[in-house]
Amino acid sequence: MSLRNIGIVYRKELTEALRDRRTLITTFLVPLLMIPVLGAGFAGVMSAVIGSAKKEKARVAIVGGEDSPGVVAALKRNAKLNVLAATADWRNQVVGKEIRAAVEIPPHFELDLGQGKAPTVTINVYGGELKSEMAAANVDSVLKEYRDSVATGQLVANHLSAELLKPFSVKRLNIAPPEKTAGAFLGGIIAYMLILMCLQGAMNPAIDLTAGEKERGTMETILSSPVSRTHLVLGKFLLVVTASLVTAILLLFSVSVSSTVLQKSGALEQMADEGEPIPQLALKPAAIASVLIMTVPLSVLFSAGLFTIALFAKSHKEAQSYIAPLMFLVVIPAISAMLPGVDLTPKLAIVPLLNVSLLCKELVTGEYHWNYIAIIFASTCVYAAGALYLAVKMFQRESVLFRS
Amino acid sequence: MIEAVNLRKTFQDKKRGEVKAVDDVSFVCRPGEIYGLLGANGAGKTTTLRMLATILEPTEGTARLCGQDIVEHPERARQYCGFLSTATALYPRLTAYEMVEYFGRLNGLDSATLKKRIDEIFDRLDMNGFRDRRCDKLSTGMKQKTSIARTLVHDPPVMIFDEPTLGLDIMTARTIIEFIRECRDRGKTVIFSTHVMREVEKLCDVIGIIQNGKLLAEGTIEQLRQKHGLSDMEDIFVKIVTPHYKEAV
Repeated sequence: MSLRNIGIVYRKELTEALRDRRTLITTFLVPLLMIPVLGAGFAGVMSAVIGSAKKEKARVAIVGGEDSPGVVAALKRNAKLNVLAATADWRNQVVGKEIRAAVEIPPHFELDLGQGKAPTVTINVYGGELKSEMAAANVDSVLKEYRDSVATGQLVANHLSAELLKPFSVKRLNIAPPEKTAGAFLGGIIAYMLILMCLQGAMNPAIDLTAGEKERGTMETILSSPVSRTHLVLGKFLLVVTASLVTAILLLFSVSVSSTVLQKSGALEQMADEGEPIPQLALKPAAIASVLIMTVPLSVLFSAGLFTIALFAKSHKEAQSYIAPLMFLVVIPAISAMLPGVDLTPKLAIVPLLNVSLLCKELVTGEYHWNYIAIIFASTCVYAAGALYLAVKMFQRESVLFRS
Repeated sequence: MIEAVNLRKTFQDKKRGEVKAVDDVSFVCRPGEIYGLLGANGAGKTTTLRMLATILEPTEGTARLCGQDIVEHPERARQYCGFLSTATALYPRLTAYEMVEYFGRLNGLDSATLKKRIDEIFDRLDMNGFRDRRCDKLSTGMKQKTSIARTLVHDPPVMIFDEPTLGLDIMTARTIIEFIRECRDRGKTVIFSTHVMREVEKLCDVIGIIQNGKLLAEGTIEQLRQKHGLSDMEDIFVKIVTPHYKEAV
């Protein structure tokens, strides 16, 4: 094994890569800009939507209720509701989002209350629509309060204690450390992005150094030089790994900078419910370092895999069409890890990609299960070594190098 | 010195099954001689030369370049040869200088020797005007010169040219022809393939005629003329090849 020759090949490929605009964009620009652009866009839109929904005085129509002034007055008193008289086409108005909800109060509602008939008030909403749901929730709480006051009145009238209504109270308190509340969500996204960037960073160099070389006719030139094919493939492969790792590192850098900025911008306070702790997005250095270490075998795996696939192609375009379906194979486990409830188990710890995504999710939340870390690091190394071995073997085959 | 011993190469083709691209070819080229491999398209010229340059591995048989066996020590054998064809392109994002330097390093030259050799070659081929220009910005002629410099950088005793003038204009082709002649005059062993009769007549000391992977005839131009009773090289070629010629399916 001559490190000198591998080094010569690597240095030359590095020189060329740094002069390739496509590689520069995918390796440097994409990971640095993706998070701030996506993150700022997402956070901006979310806080705008939630903020305006919270501030909005929702237009709510009351259908019926002419003989029940008490409940209508209670609804009108609520500061967040703009109560209107219903028109004949109130259903269309809800569907057309002209009004947020319509409250149907049955005839003789207040009259029936005293007689134990338990009439039903219907809140008509646009299901799944944020502003409509929020208005309905307000209506709901007004009605419950009204129901309580009616019940209290009846208890008092019957000379009973009003406390019968509330024999005990319930209180929910979030005691999870703030960074874990956010981490569960953020960890999934970071793992997903990281896997995507690792793959994306390796993709262009892997194609350029194999199919691209065939397409440009330099494969025969380099094969006629005394460098052995193993050295040649290792030098090239190292460059692909470098590109993949640089992309991943820049992504993590960009994530930690953007999350710190986001934390300080105050957008999170707006998103959090009143009384809830504000989620802590800023990543701890230990979390970043451990995620980075997991990235190394992942990069090797992706680089070797892409390298082998692209080697079969005769041109850049052909290679891209081979690799496109691979994206799905990678994205699916990465997305599954984001789903709530999918957690690390011994079985999942040996599923390639899914294990790394799940582990990254845990690492970001500050949990270190050393036995899982060892299994996942080792199994990813095994997969990576297998992929690399395949890449080296394929590079020795004439039928692959000179496919016609 | 090149000694090809019973070289054979078979490919698996989906439609045609097993294809004998080169079938039991043996020949010897000596230093200070130009050996011309003459054949129609698909005759087996390129495959033969690629095997000599160790880009392809022979199915059977072997060859020796300056005594180095191409099957047993392909990496060592490659150090003794320079390979040039129209298919051997340059790295577009490297400069002419970097391109030649890269191949010099891969041939194990140290920095001082390498620099001296490159300066010498660039002077001789008059390449200093574009030494720091990227290869994708070079004209065809400049590219050819850079390719020549690339094959010469380690001063190999054996030169292999696979249809080096294919698709080139007259002026560029002349540079290559001149270069081949110069290689011979410097005592190198030269083998080159072509299907252009004029090049053969002008350049070759020994001619081998190949068809269907078989070496059908071999000798100096004079020997071939006498043996077949014809004076024109093209007539001789047609006479030898016709009984074996099958149009490629």
